[in-house]
Amino acid sequence: MDIATNFEAIVRGDKEIFPPYLYEAYQSTRLRAPRQPLVEIPLTISELTGPGPYISRVAPEDADLTRNSGTGGEAIGQRIIVTGRVLDENGRPIPNTLLEVWQANASGRYFHERDQWPGPLDPNFIGMGRCLTNEQGEYRFLTVRPGAYPWKNHTNAWRPAHIHFSVFGPNMLSRLVTQMYFTDDPLHNLDPIMSSVPAGKAREHLIAAYDHNVTEEEWALGYRWDIVLGGAGATPFENEAAKTKEAKEVKSR
Amino acid sequence: MSKLPLTSSSTVGPFFSIGLLTKDMMRPALAGPETEGEPIRIEGRVLVGAGEPVVDALLEIWQANASGCYNHPAGQTTGTLDPNFSGFGRTGTAKDGSFWFETIKPGPVPFEGETLQAPHINLTIFSRGLLNHLATRLYFEDEAATASDPVLQKVPAERRSTLLARQDTGATGSGGKTVYRFNIIMQGEGETAFFNL
Ligand SMILES: [Fe+2]
Repeated sequence: MDIATNFEAIVRGDKEIFPPYLYEAYQSTRLRAPRQPLVEIPLTISELTGPGPYISRVAPEDADLTRNSGTGGEAIGQRIIVTGRVLDENGRPIPNTLLEVWQANASGRYFHERDQWPGPLDPNFIGMGRCLTNEQGEYRFLTVRPGAYPWKNHTNAWRPAHIHFSVFGPNMLSRLVTQMYFTDDPLHNLDPIMSSVPAGKAREHLIAAYDHNVTEEEWALGYRWDIVLGGAGATPFENEAAKTKEAKEVKSR
Repeated sequence: MSKLPLTSSSTVGPFFSIGLLTKDMMRPALAGPETEGEPIRIEGRVLVGAGEPVVDALLEIWQANASGCYNHPAGQTTGTLDPNFSGFGRTGTAKDGSFWFETIKPGPVPFEGETLQAPHINLTIFSRGLLNHLATRLYFEDEAATASDPVLQKVPAERRSTLLARQDTGATGSGGKTVYRFNIIMQGEGETAFFNL
């Protein structure tokens, strides 16, 4: 399998960190990557704002994927806690921002009509979670460890266990969708989606660390994973006039 | 202080609806009867070069309200907040690649100094096969300010029309809404101009 990075490709942002749009080893990029150069635009109020914490009504139970299926039952699998901080590139915590996660169940099957491989479904696991970061930028999910799953990208292709994360952050520049992986997974080096991240350090950054201080006795194993979002340098949050105003909870339709 | 390296991006994959189109987050309708401004309906399709529909794209929009004010701490230099408008919408494409949003036409927002930007809607596209999201803007072809908009001017002239939504005079949305057509072409002939954001 050829998993060499195509450095001639169109890249968004830092080309060491962000994958090129066209990464041939991941077949679906061939038909969907843009072929024209991205346009550089000046940053305006439209880019330096973005959806705020009030776009969704998050309930505490949304962060417990082991019990939010609506059946009243508990998901089967290794119970894990995934926690960490959402930071800007200056190391400052990003409070009150929405995180949305989704994942396969413990056997590697998604609760989705297009996932039809014969891994068993768990009626007590949907695989959807969300929460807001607290004032220290911290988030925390309780879930089960997802299984690896097969996909049809190439012969005997298996995705390493991962959790999908979507984060907003303070503006349009901080918007991020990514995937979190687990330590010591032999599938990492065989996975074109993980390999599409050019620099080794940037790939390591996607792997959650086992943290025994997060592990809870007789309950769940703990993993720690921090997320660093862009856009901080461009945010006029230090502007005194802007400080007095806040995003408001408005009716979402 | 040295900067922290950013977290890399990845695709939403084929199963994002589990996490991103649930509960109140499936949100193609941003505006209701109480929302101030001109109600509009945006209809379009997400396609790839050969005209093939993209059946599993996720679209998000972010826009100012009718008075040119974003519901954000840094977005209220002009206009006033509308308690009935958040400015955020999200939807997924259907089996034919189609999507729609019902919203209001945004007001002009500031550029530099006294200058304004033409009314526009910020658009973000995610899908399987997209390792980073794509960002662009929707402008209105029938707005006089569009042609001289300072951001649209940065787009090569021959590609600007890919950012223009056209009024569909043969169609009306519910409640007599003006309908605008806007296709997104991810790759190939007529490829939409995307921004490096
Ligand atoms: Fe996945």
